[in-house]
Amino acid sequence: MMKLLKLKPSVGLLSIPYSIIFIFFFFIPLILTLIISFWDYNEYSIIPDFIFENYAYIFKDCLNFEKDICVTFKTYLSTFIFCFITWFFTLIIGFFVAYFLAFYVNSVTWQIVLFLLCTIPFWTSNVIRMISWIPLLGRNGLVNDFLLSTGLADGPQEWLLYSGFSIVLAFVHLYTLFMIVPIFNSMMRIDKSIIEAAYDNGANGLQILWNIIIPLCKPGIVIGSIFVITVVMGDFITIGIMGGQQIPSIGKIIYVEMSYLQLPAAAANAVILLALTLLIIWIMTKMIDIRKEL
Amino acid sequence: MLNKKNKTYYICVFFFCLFVLFLYGPTFTIVLLSFQGPDGGLTFPLNGVSTYWFEELWRGGSVVDIGSAFKRSIILGVIVMVLTVLLSVSAGLAFRKKFWGSDTLFFATVASLIVPSIVLSLGIALQFRLLDDFTKWLGSTFDINYINEFFQTTLGMFTSGLGAQLTWTLPFGLLIMFAVFNRFDKSYEEAARDLGASPWKTFKEVVFPLIAPSIIGIALFGFTLSYDELARSSQVMGAGNTLPLELRGLTTTVTTPVIYALGTVTTFVSFSVIGISIACYIWLKRKRG
Repeated sequence: MMKLLKLKPSVGLLSIPYSIIFIFFFFIPLILTLIISFWDYNEYSIIPDFIFENYAYIFKDCLNFEKDICVTFKTYLSTFIFCFITWFFTLIIGFFVAYFLAFYVNSVTWQIVLFLLCTIPFWTSNVIRMISWIPLLGRNGLVNDFLLSTGLADGPQEWLLYSGFSIVLAFVHLYTLFMIVPIFNSMMRIDKSIIEAAYDNGANGLQILWNIIIPLCKPGIVIGSIFVITVVMGDFITIGIMGGQQIPSIGKIIYVEMSYLQLPAAAANAVILLALTLLIIWIMTKMIDIRKEL
Repeated sequence: MLNKKNKTYYICVFFFCLFVLFLYGPTFTIVLLSFQGPDGGLTFPLNGVSTYWFEELWRGGSVVDIGSAFKRSIILGVIVMVLTVLLSVSAGLAFRKKFWGSDTLFFATVASLIVPSIVLSLGIALQFRLLDDFTKWLGSTFDINYINEFFQTTLGMFTSGLGAQLTWTLPFGLLIMFAVFNRFDKSYEEAARDLGASPWKTFKEVVFPLIAPSIIGIALFGFTLSYDELARSSQVMGAGNTLPLELRGLTTTVTTPVIYALGTVTTFVSFSVIGISIACYIWLKRKRG
């Protein structure tokens, strides 16, 4: 604090407007969420208190192993499965797209052009990109038309849309970029002479990939994975639209509780979601130093 | 060497093309289907070609007030863009040296990108709810007429909505600045300082022209991410919905190609902004030589 108060204007002061936004719209809201998760509520208002009922309600029946798995665990389990499948596909696709861009495209101009080609959809509307699957996957969609006309299926396939399949498809469609960018960034830092040396010493393409490129891309892979996993963990929009509002997610529980003004209950769910997300990130960042990667 | 044009190369090219098709194919289908004839439905085949659904959209037809939602989104997008550029460039300059709280601020920046949007949206909604309660309490306790009669809520597009979107756009802006300054050649600046330029003049004449193309990039992120933002602002926009919020509502209610027409229009806006930004970027780079 003393440094800030020095009379000589410091360039650090330039960060104040930015800091104010983060204090007011990031730190305080998160702290309030934690506090209000211990409050009481009725139909009209939230009441300052210090109770654990909101948390107890979330884990109601969860420790009773004679009954079926409780709603909360079931929802988290389903979210984890979405996380894992999405992570797997975005990683494989993202890695090979980045690999192609970094090692097979020789001219820098083409590299930029093709990279932009991958990035542009990120700047367009996610909702539009989701609904654009309807004409393809719907009951009368192109895929079903194709399957029926070639006799590959007897009737329209219902599992194509408003299902777990379409949710994962949309996630991969929307978020593979989150893998491409950091992995590409890591790959561009690899000294090409290392690869040359390995090649000259008789390593084949696969060995180079496995023993040199993948280990050196680890930071990029970790950063991309963090993005993809956290975005799927908290999602309620993609799962809502692509799941036909039928498939549960933690984000959706929070969303529904908010619409019923059960704010402290929503806050308790948010705290647990946030804690879990942070735990995952913490485990992953143990592996790298993010700041060095920029 | 890896860049030899062997079999793997062609497999990679094929794979990449497939990926691009996967990225753009669906959007292309809805653009095509938005030109559906008046009797056409949500799927192929095209029943004739017309601009009927665009006219329907323009008339407002079956859809909620799209025009004003569109206008709101554009205005908010421009404000977010300007603030994102100003705040992240100035913070980026500050971050070139360590300052009090710089580590915390960096942590917040990264955390803001990965904290689940619904959690932050809830937090901001709670904050403004408490602010409302507090304002009403002030009004009744001190008998402030204005508050008692007119005050409804502090929640709104240009208060909570704007703030929520900034927590999403600012980190991208700052990270771009980091990337810029990590590759920045300080000798130009030192030369200017040695020749007696003031810090402001050094920034204006030397640093700014060098980072200008990247600022275009920050502006692009600021506008497009705000224009399409949904999850973070979903709980905090107050009375007036932005376009993405309306769109999400429409996905469950509208069963005509009018939604594709709307999709085509918004995608067109996004693509125009992207195109203009890229053109500006190239122009600035060329100008610099």
